[in-house]
Amino acid sequence: MLVKKVMKVSERAFEKLEILADAAKYDVSCASSGSKRQNKDKGLGNASNGICHAYTEDGRCVSLLKILLTNHCIFDCAYCVSRKSNDIKRAAFTVEEVVDLTISFYRRNYIEGLFLSSGIFDSPDVTMERLVRIAKKLRLEENFNGYIHLKAIPGASAELMKEAGTYADRLSVNVEMPTEKGLKLLAPDKNHQDVIAPMKYLKTAIAGHKEQKKIIKSTPAFAPAGQSTQMVIGATGESDMEILGMANYFYKKMNLRRVYYSGYVPVSTDNRLPAIGTPVPMIRENRLYQADWLVRFYGFNVNELVGFDLPNLDLEIDPKLGWALRNLHQFPIDVNTADLELIKRIPGIGVLSAQKIISARKFRMLQPEDLQKMGVAYNRAKYFLTASNPFTMHKDYTPIQIRQQILTLQNSKYVNNFSPQMALF
Amino acid sequence: MTTIIYDGTYLGWLTAVFEIYEHKLQDITFAREGEPPASLFGITHKVVTNKSKATRVLNGLKQKLSADGLMRLYKTFFSEVDKFDEKMWRFVQYVLASPHNVEGDLSNSVVWEVRQAAKFVHRESHRMKAFIRFKLTKDHLYYALIEPDCDVLPLIANHFRKRYADQRWLIYDAKRKYGIYYDLATLSNVELTFSLVASAQNTVDLYDEREEFFQDMWRRYFSAVNIKARKNMKLHIQHMPRRYWRYLTEKMPESRLL
Repeated sequence: MLVKKVMKVSERAFEKLEILADAAKYDVSCASSGSKRQNKDKGLGNASNGICHAYTEDGRCVSLLKILLTNHCIFDCAYCVSRKSNDIKRAAFTVEEVVDLTISFYRRNYIEGLFLSSGIFDSPDVTMERLVRIAKKLRLEENFNGYIHLKAIPGASAELMKEAGTYADRLSVNVEMPTEKGLKLLAPDKNHQDVIAPMKYLKTAIAGHKEQKKIIKSTPAFAPAGQSTQMVIGATGESDMEILGMANYFYKKMNLRRVYYSGYVPVSTDNRLPAIGTPVPMIRENRLYQADWLVRFYGFNVNELVGFDLPNLDLEIDPKLGWALRNLHQFPIDVNTADLELIKRIPGIGVLSAQKIISARKFRMLQPEDLQKMGVAYNRAKYFLTASNPFTMHKDYTPIQIRQQILTLQNSKYVNNFSPQMALF
Repeated sequence: MTTIIYDGTYLGWLTAVFEIYEHKLQDITFAREGEPPASLFGITHKVVTNKSKATRVLNGLKQKLSADGLMRLYKTFFSEVDKFDEKMWRFVQYVLASPHNVEGDLSNSVVWEVRQAAKFVHRESHRMKAFIRFKLTKDHLYYALIEPDCDVLPLIANHFRKRYADQRWLIYDAKRKYGIYYDLATLSNVELTFSLVASAQNTVDLYDEREEFFQDMWRRYFSAVNIKARKNMKLHIQHMPRRYWRYLTEKMPESRLL
């Protein structure tokens, strides 16, 4: 009798986990770095590493236990798999279950920490209180110092947000639809302001805390890994320009650490959305991430990559190459003398290679072989460098010719997507 | 041609470097005690590890290298790449002969080889921090088996000690036949002797009563977070190469669990 009962409990636990992990996976934030949280008092864990413990078959990293507390929800947002009107299995974890699972997984080195989101049950405050309670229990009762990422539920009180920040490493609220128009179309009960309000509050709270820490060194941490958000790509008709413009606003005005772009995975027969079976816009998502990186790490301005005359990123080539082909007058560049910022703009040379070049050229003049050894994508970069033969020999390559040469030479990981049989999205 | 024989430890290698300069030895190859020497010709010079000699070399290097640069040299020692100790020696020769820091001279093959070897070791140790999976035994020990591409145990020990300060754990390198054990106070190297393959019944008894439950939960979690519409096995295997699947709870076939 006892054995049977134990088995039933675990079957139910399996089912809950499957439902609530499956529902949470569309929130793609996976980071576990950005915090400097150390272990204290010989407790459990630290959160000062970004470690990807596993990778799914779709290639994404699994760093945290990412679950919904429950997928019951009072809202009916058309793009969400947990929307009220969707006929799916519903489940809910108890506070103790989430804590137990987090600690047990953490001790086995399966995860860096917990990512906890939830459907909104009862009210935003009731939901947020439950999330905060779990984080509090982990920190104070279990002496858990691993990574905790909590969703900031729009509409929850400032007191709860503040409490959340004292326990969590990162807080996020997802804007989901890049424009107000898109959001209104699919979630008439919501608007951007609902989402921006908690972001604004947290931005002020984080900044205020940083100031206080300068004066009082012992001030405890408040969301040390900052905020992030997510935009769904391809559910509504926004251009890349609108998306990157929104992202720029979040980075510059809201001080967000990261913006995530999540290709829409059709989960609905609603005719306001792409039909089930529509391919996920993975290439477009990739190009957006590349553009995002160019703005944050390569010193590019958003309007160098997209604009009214060029509202969408090229799918065939990456945004940096696109920019270079539109600006051939800036090349060729001599890597032995140019500034770091200019070297970073050469297609085929990334931030690390650029730094290696700056370091190595102090000792002797660099030749093409040296660049190749250092990890520069030479077949691509050669059209833009002075030290290489092709450029000095054929000074009059047009942008189109260079583009063609690069495309035919490279083994694109997207080659399959451009075969005539498949339609482009 | 001089063959230097040392005890196979980092301090031993540093002592050897001291003695190379001390006796002005030329044309160096290295061999570890117990290994056959690379060449039958020339003289051999046996080195007895001496901590103060090793420290003098380290201090000399600290003057010429950044902390990162010195760490790269240390990591190269564990890389097990071909002739790693000679590569380290050529690097040290260059470093000590130069008035300024030369670790940035990347077009120099002597510097580059050490950098590459260190990168290889760094990547493997980062992968181990990610892929190590502990199992809880009945006597409250968290136990993990690994077979890394190079000897990373010395490099990951501190990470796990800081993280799991309140649990006893053991990580065993099945390839190199030694492990690290943390008993809630200190770290120590251990060697294990395994009895003949345990029967299924014995194995189940070995583990904590909830261990199987959590392994199952993890496997189900892993499969539930997959988004099938984005399937990309090439990327999956690039990040999680097959040679690690053997000890990953989520990739093991059912029969090999527990």
